[in-house]
Amino acid sequence: MKLRPYFLVCVALAAVGLLVAPQLILNAPREATMGFVYKIFFYHVPSAMTTFLAAFVCAGGSAAFLFGKSEAGDRVAVSAAELTVLFGLLTLVTGPLWARKAWGVWWQWDVRLTTTVLLWFIFIAYLFARKYGGPGARRLCAGLALFGAADVPLIYFSVSIWRTIHPKATVISNIAKSRNGMGIPLLISWITFTALFLALLEMRMALERARARVDELHLEAEDALDQ
Amino acid sequence: MRAIGLLLWKDVVVELRAKELVYATIFFGAVVILVFCFAFLGGPKPTVDVAAGVLWVAITLAGTVGISRAFEREREGDTMRALLLAPVPRSALYLSKLSAISLLMVIVETVALLLVSLLFGIPIGGILPSLVALLFLGTIGFAAVAALFGASLGRARSRDVLLPLLVYPIVVPVLIAGTRGTVALLVGAEPAVASFWLKFLLVFDAVFVSLGVWVFEPLVAGDA
Repeated sequence: MKLRPYFLVCVALAAVGLLVAPQLILNAPREATMGFVYKIFFYHVPSAMTTFLAAFVCAGGSAAFLFGKSEAGDRVAVSAAELTVLFGLLTLVTGPLWARKAWGVWWQWDVRLTTTVLLWFIFIAYLFARKYGGPGARRLCAGLALFGAADVPLIYFSVSIWRTIHPKATVISNIAKSRNGMGIPLLISWITFTALFLALLEMRMALERARARVDELHLEAEDALDQ
Repeated sequence: MRAIGLLLWKDVVVELRAKELVYATIFFGAVVILVFCFAFLGGPKPTVDVAAGVLWVAITLAGTVGISRAFEREREGDTMRALLLAPVPRSALYLSKLSAISLLMVIVETVALLLVSLLFGIPIGGILPSLVALLFLGTIGFAAVAALFGASLGRARSRDVLLPLLVYPIVVPVLIAGTRGTVALLVGAEPAVASFWLKFLLVFDAVFVSLGVWVFEPLVAGDA
């Protein structure tokens, strides 16, 4: 498997981040109203951001595949789709853990929860269709990713009218802006997660590249045998 | 435009001869509503939220069943390939499928609406125009998504399971808008609420119909 050079950079960044971040998070001040539980934010928020990043990377790759017939786009898309499901799962597990303490319930039909869970389902469907979709599965999935991406704002908007109790994004940006030492750990966590995402993406894409190469070699070998 | 009309007419004629889809889908919708009746009726009278939910869920389920059957028929006769070879723009093909599905669903909705109103004891006379508009726009949105995936799932092995799996998460906004709009109409809330959901459905339809027209060509092109 040939990995591109930026893979090592991302792995290094992620490794350093994973070593440093826990210390910073431990030392971050306690939040006034939520106390200790809020510290799951440093894990939850970057996972959520990475989930949406991965979903849009997948949609971008799908568009390149569908309209530009780019095989590389398809490799990006399938790798990013798997990571969307992975990081989405992390988000959906850590969220309820916090909600149980803060809201007293595991789940609420709040706008961001609902949007995330639906996005997650769309990408589960993506992986299903990819595996069991038969001959046209790659194009079908590309279409699904585009529809999914276009759907996110609509889901968000409709659910926000329907109901919402999630801490507003301002809470996060207040944490980020505050000078009391919560911003830096959040930034480090975010960089760590993004680096981890890019590293995993590259690893998965290298696997797809190798797979495509193996198929090519198979065909060449068959041609050679026929002659 | 003419091509869309002709293709739609073809679907209507095929259906008029077989009459299989319409009857099957209508009865499926009716059975779903009956099942809901057994689940919800019997105790204290359920709120209008329940009736609105039953109506939209029944339509969604029946719609999926109808759509999978419609594309199954295309596949059995291998007519989808013939259609793709025909000298018409692919977008006309998509729009004609969209209209055929919508037409089927409108027929099912008429029956479902009457049944729900009857069995749940809800008067719909006064709010009929708005309710019809809501149902119509919701149908277009649902059909825009379902026609695309129904057509491109053509040869997939587990297409019957995959179709709802692909379509439902994407049409959630339609369901929310449809049920909330219906509830607003039924409880006689301010007209602004229902008209907001109508506008929302209009936006959804515009986004997904144009996206469908745009994506349909590359999506099915390789199958011909």
